[in-house]
Amino acid sequence: MLKINHIAKTFNPGTITEKKALVDVDLHLMPGDFVTVIGGNGAGKSTTLNAVAGTFLVDKGTIEVDGVDVTRLPEYKRAKYLGRVFQDPMTGTAASMTIEENLALAYRRGKLRTLRWGISNKEREAFRQALSTLELGLEDRMTSRVGLLSGGQRQALTLLMATLQKPKLLLLDEHTAALDPKTAQKVLHLTRKLITEDNLTAMMVTHNMKDALQYGNRTIMMHEGKIILDINRETKAQLKVDDLLRMFEKASGSGIVNDRMLLG
Amino acid sequence: MNFTSLLNSLPGAVAQGLIWGIMAIGVYITYRILDVADLTVDGSIATGGAVAGMLIISGCNVWVALLVAFLVGMLTGFVTGMFHTAMGIPAILAGILTQLALYSVNLRIMDNKANTAISANKYHLVVSLRNVRAFTELSNPIYIVLIFTVVIIALMYLFFGTEFGCSLRAAGANPNMARAQGINTNMAKVVGLMLSNGIVALSGALLAQYQGFADVSMGRGAIVIGLAAVIIGEVVFGRFLRSFAGKLVAVSLGAIIYYLVIQVVLWLGLNTNDLKMLTALVVALFLAVPFWKEKLTTFLSARKEG
Repeated sequence: MLKINHIAKTFNPGTITEKKALVDVDLHLMPGDFVTVIGGNGAGKSTTLNAVAGTFLVDKGTIEVDGVDVTRLPEYKRAKYLGRVFQDPMTGTAASMTIEENLALAYRRGKLRTLRWGISNKEREAFRQALSTLELGLEDRMTSRVGLLSGGQRQALTLLMATLQKPKLLLLDEHTAALDPKTAQKVLHLTRKLITEDNLTAMMVTHNMKDALQYGNRTIMMHEGKIILDINRETKAQLKVDDLLRMFEKASGSGIVNDRMLLG
Repeated sequence: MNFTSLLNSLPGAVAQGLIWGIMAIGVYITYRILDVADLTVDGSIATGGAVAGMLIISGCNVWVALLVAFLVGMLTGFVTGMFHTAMGIPAILAGILTQLALYSVNLRIMDNKANTAISANKYHLVVSLRNVRAFTELSNPIYIVLIFTVVIIALMYLFFGTEFGCSLRAAGANPNMARAQGINTNMAKVVGLMLSNGIVALSGALLAQYQGFADVSMGRGAIVIGLAAVIIGEVVFGRFLRSFAGKLVAVSLGAIIYYLVIQVVLWLGLNTNDLKMLTALVVALFLAVPFWKEKLTTFLSARKEG
C-alpha cells in the first residue's frame, strides 16, 4: 500500500543550519497495516510522514502509494490518497468555518470542486450520522464554528474528516500529544475504531511507548533519520516498554533516551 | 455653517459610499476571506475607470464597457496572483508591483493622458452625479448602484457557497488544512485575487461615470478606504449581521458611513487636503483596536490572578 524506497532529505543544505533529517528511510506497508512510529526528538518520525504527505519533496528515493508514484506530486494532489491528522488541533480544521462545512470540504477530498452547492441535505444527514458515532454531541452543533470546539473535539472531528473519504493511507502525526491524558485515550480508541472498521492502512507517530506497543500490528523505531528497529505483530505482543528501551539502546548504540519517550 | 449645504451634500455621499462599497466588497474578499492584503486595488480601480471611460467615449455600449472593465480588472488580479504564487513574492509586495505597473498601463489605456472626461451629455451612462438628488427618478445613481450592490452580494453569496467557493474560503481560513483536503491553495489565491480585482475595477468603472471622468490617480489610497469600510462595517454591524451575505452588507454600509462622516467633517471645516491623513489615522486606530483589546484582557486577567 505504501512503498518508501530509500528516501533522504537534508534541510538547508550548505548552511550552518543544515539538518540531515532523513538519511535513508526504506519502508513498505501492506494493506491493512497499522504501524506505530517511535523515536527521540529529531529522529525523523514526523519528517517521514511529511515526506509521504508531500509537505516537501525528497532529495533522493521514491514514494509510492497504492502503486502510484507520488514522489514529485504536490501536497494537494497527494491528498487524494491520504487522510491526515496533525499534532496541533488547530491545523486539521478551519476554525472560522462550521462543522458541516469542514466535513463537506473533507468529503470532496480528491474530487473536482465544481459550482454545485457546497453541501447537500443528503450529505448533512450522513454527516449527522457520522458525528453521532463520536459520542461528543457534535451532531447537534453542525452549524457551529469549529473554533468553538475543544482540542479533543477538534482532533476527533479531524479524524472523521480524514476517514470520511476512505484514504489509501492514514497519517497520524502525534495527534494526541497536545491533549490531556484522558482525552488522548478517547481519541486513540476512536482512532483504532475507525482504522479497524474501514480496514485502513495507517502510520501513527507517537512519543508514548506504551501506546506504540498497545496499538497497531507493527512498530518501527527511528533514530537520526533511519529506521533502526522494525517489530512485527508476534514480537510486539510480548514486548514491554522496558524491553523496547533495551532494544533501542542496543540498536542505536546510545543509552540516552528522551524523557518524553518514557512518559505514560 | 449652513445646515442646508450639509443636507444637500448627503445624497452624493451616499452614492459615493455605495460605489466605494462595491470596491470594499472586493477588498473584503482578499483581506478577510483569503487573508491577503492586496494593494493591487489602488491601480485596478483606476484601470476599471480608464477602460470603461475609453470604451464609452469610443462609442461602445456602456454595459459592454462595464463587463470589459470587470474582465480587465480580473487580469490585474491574475498578474498579482502570478507574482505571488509563481514567483514567490510576498503578497503585499506583489500587489505593490502590479499597482505601480498599472500606473503606466492606465496612462496607456487613456492615450497617455492623465484624465479623460466622460460627459453625461454626450454618452448614455449608467450612473451620473447629476441625478443624485432626483429622488423620483429611477436614474438616480443611488438606486442604480444599490441594485448593483444587491446583485453583487447575491452572486458572492452564491459563489462562496459552492464547492469551489468553499475551497477558496478554506484556503484563506487554514491553508494547511486546505492542502491536506486536496485544495490547490495557490490557485485559490489567484482566483480570489482575480475576482476581487474584477469587482474593484467594476466599481472604478461606475465611479468614473458617476464623477464624469476617469483619472489615472483616482485609486490613490483606495485600499485604505476599502479597509476603512470593512472595519467600520464590522465594528458597527458585526453583532447583527453575522451571516456571509450580512457581512458583505455591513461592508457596503461601512463605506456609506465612511463617506457620510467625511462629508460632515468637511462641512465642519476640515481642509480637503488633510482628508487622506485623517483617513489613514482613523483606519490605523480601528486596526489597532483588536490588538489593544487583547492586551487589555491579558493585563486584566493577570491582575486578577496576581
